[in-house]
Amino acid sequence: MTETQLILSRRQALKGASAFALTLVSAGLLAPGAHADAAAVDAAIKKLVKGTPTEGKIKMDLPQIAENGNTVPVTFEVESPMSADDYVKTVHLFAEGNPTPSVASFYFTPQSGMARATTRMRMAGTQNVVVVAEMSNGKVYMAKQQVKVTIGGCGG
Amino acid sequence: MANIKPRVRIPKSAKKGDVVEIKTLIEHKMETGQRKDKEGNKIPRKIINRFECRFDGNLVFASDWHPAVSANPYLAFHYRAEKSGEFEFKWIEDGGAEFTKKGKITVS
Repeated sequence: MTETQLILSRRQALKGASAFALTLVSAGLLAPGAHADAAAVDAAIKKLVKGTPTEGKIKMDLPQIAENGNTVPVTFEVESPMSADDYVKTVHLFAEGNPTPSVASFYFTPQSGMARATTRMRMAGTQNVVVVAEMSNGKVYMAKQQVKVTIGGCGG
Repeated sequence: MANIKPRVRIPKSAKKGDVVEIKTLIEHKMETGQRKDKEGNKIPRKIINRFECRFDGNLVFASDWHPAVSANPYLAFHYRAEKSGEFEFKWIEDGGAEFTKKGKITVS
């Protein structure tokens, strides 16, 4: 190994080390615990839903800013006639920045009349909320909205 | 379990074909399994993980819940009223305990 190569590799090693330190810092900032991210949500969607989601058909009603992450109201509505042969089967709710991406799943029937539901969810911090809807004909739709959270709702 | 009380609001009556809103709430801590007690031990997860709504015995709506659902879980959903009958609402807790509530609707 020549001297320049040695210096280079030392530099790289140093660079690597500082990158690692940075990762630790940002991980520390994200504490407590590990959090899901967009990729984890995508993986969770793939696990639950067949087919690739396209945008549209879903209306979400969420606050833009939530003061208390312990209880953030969420409403969604999926456009559908809700007839015996064309209805919304399942709606999944995900959070990109929570310890686990799944929040809840809702199972509708034609008898529901309307694919709309309201609940309240916990949010660890500012993050995107994702709604994925599976229709009876196999089509999949999704929608996403960011919520700014002032105080996280993850225990502690 | 004495402090777990389910509450439901359904309209007493509806016209045939009306889509009515049903509001439900159950008092429950929804312990996430993420929190620690004063000694630093993890408090075990205990949440309601499923809600079911039946009308005259048929399942018409259900929902699976994860720890991200808030304490005292509130849920509002809809139902197309076709005939008079009785709703049965059921909440299932981790470990299998069930809490139920019933309510009638008159459809004219």
